[in-house]
Amino acid sequence: MEIHLYVGLSAIGAGIAVLGAGLGIGKIGSSALEAIARQPEASNKIQTAMIISAALLEGASLFGIVTVLLAVLK
Amino acid sequence: MLYKKKISFLFIFFFGFSNLTCLHSQKLNFNKKITFNPAFFIKSHINDSHEWHLKKNVYISLPIILFDKGFKLFMSSKFDHGNNLVNINNNYYRLINNKIYKTNKFGFLKRDNNGNIINNMPLDFSITKNVLTLIISIFILCLIFIKLSLSYKKKNSKTGLLLEYIFFYIKNEIAIPNLGIKKYKLYFPFFLTLFFFILINNLIGIFPIGPNITGNISVTLSLSMIIFFIIIFSAKKKYWKHIFWMPKVPLIIKLLLIPIEIFGIFIRPLTLCIRLFANITAGHIILISFISLIFIFKNIYSIIISIPFSIFILLLEIMVAFLQAFIFTSLSALFLGIAIKD
Repeated sequence: MEIHLYVGLSAIGAGIAVLGAGLGIGKIGSSALEAIARQPEASNKIQTAMIISAALLEGASLFGIVTVLLAVLK
Repeated sequence: MLYKKKISFLFIFFFGFSNLTCLHSQKLNFNKKITFNPAFFIKSHINDSHEWHLKKNVYISLPIILFDKGFKLFMSSKFDHGNNLVNINNNYYRLINNKIYKTNKFGFLKRDNNGNIINNMPLDFSITKNVLTLIISIFILCLIFIKLSLSYKKKNSKTGLLLEYIFFYIKNEIAIPNLGIKKYKLYFPFFLTLFFFILINNLIGIFPIGPNITGNISVTLSLSMIIFFIIIFSAKKKYWKHIFWMPKVPLIIKLLLIPIEIFGIFIRPLTLCIRLFANITAGHIILISFISLIFIFKNIYSIIISIPFSIFILLLEIMVAFLQAFIFTSLSALFLGIAIKD
């Protein structure tokens, strides 16, 4: 089976995109946990804000992954 | 000592495992007929198609509606999975990779230098797998909610216990905080419909033979276009003022902000569309990849890895189905809430 160079490169690109998303979501999760530990009564509001910001971040990294998919599954 | 023994056992196990797979792959090279192509397999599961593949040789054929100087209607079984040329009043059609091309009598395909087909394509209004499933999901939603509304006539009915919980969750967590307590009543039915529509389509996609509707970019794009037009038509004066002439900032930054803000109007619905599409598609691809590990290795021991992992991913996908429905609804409520703020 022949594998082109661009397939490997795009796989590396997908890895980098996931790395960025992982770092970002980790940061969001850690700070949300700290905030909940400080103010347990506001945990509902913090959770909603956390999910929304994680989703916004995830969207940015998914742009990269969709591009990779378009390249690989062409 | 025991520790060392365990490690050596593991080492032998994995080494033997990898050896077995090597042997098998060497065997495969001699017999090129049974090569398994995971990319093709994944593609055929994710994409829309003109027939519904249920089992090995069991297909449901669906109606095809073409517009080519008048409507033409026939069943997709006439194509015989792309092997046949279909003749309708001396117009010849051919099905290649789920796309219908118009050809001459002999089924000739013109190709450009890159190998892409450049034959004419008739306008395709077919009821494909996704369209049929959309209709089915609408029926399911109607069934659930008509039953729910009828149950309020009786006393002590328990039909609404779960649905009412979700209803009040959307009302208290999404609609009121984002849209404001005065205005939420106008938009609340829309967001409720949006949430349940996305949820039921996500859940249908997880079923073994279910097509992934929300993993189709045209479906998510049309959903986000609805939100785009709602934002455009219900936006207040203040919103447009903030886009075209941001108050309380210096003139240079005002000019700098105009293109960014205009770009932002279009990028917000686009991110909604891409997020839902990519999340659902990525989940399906991971799930199918784990299952196709069995067929790549051609080894019974590979189920030790692939089955537990695919069950884990499946459970994760059920969570993602709920989460993405929630995120789509709450983000569209957030964007609308910014636009209608006084």
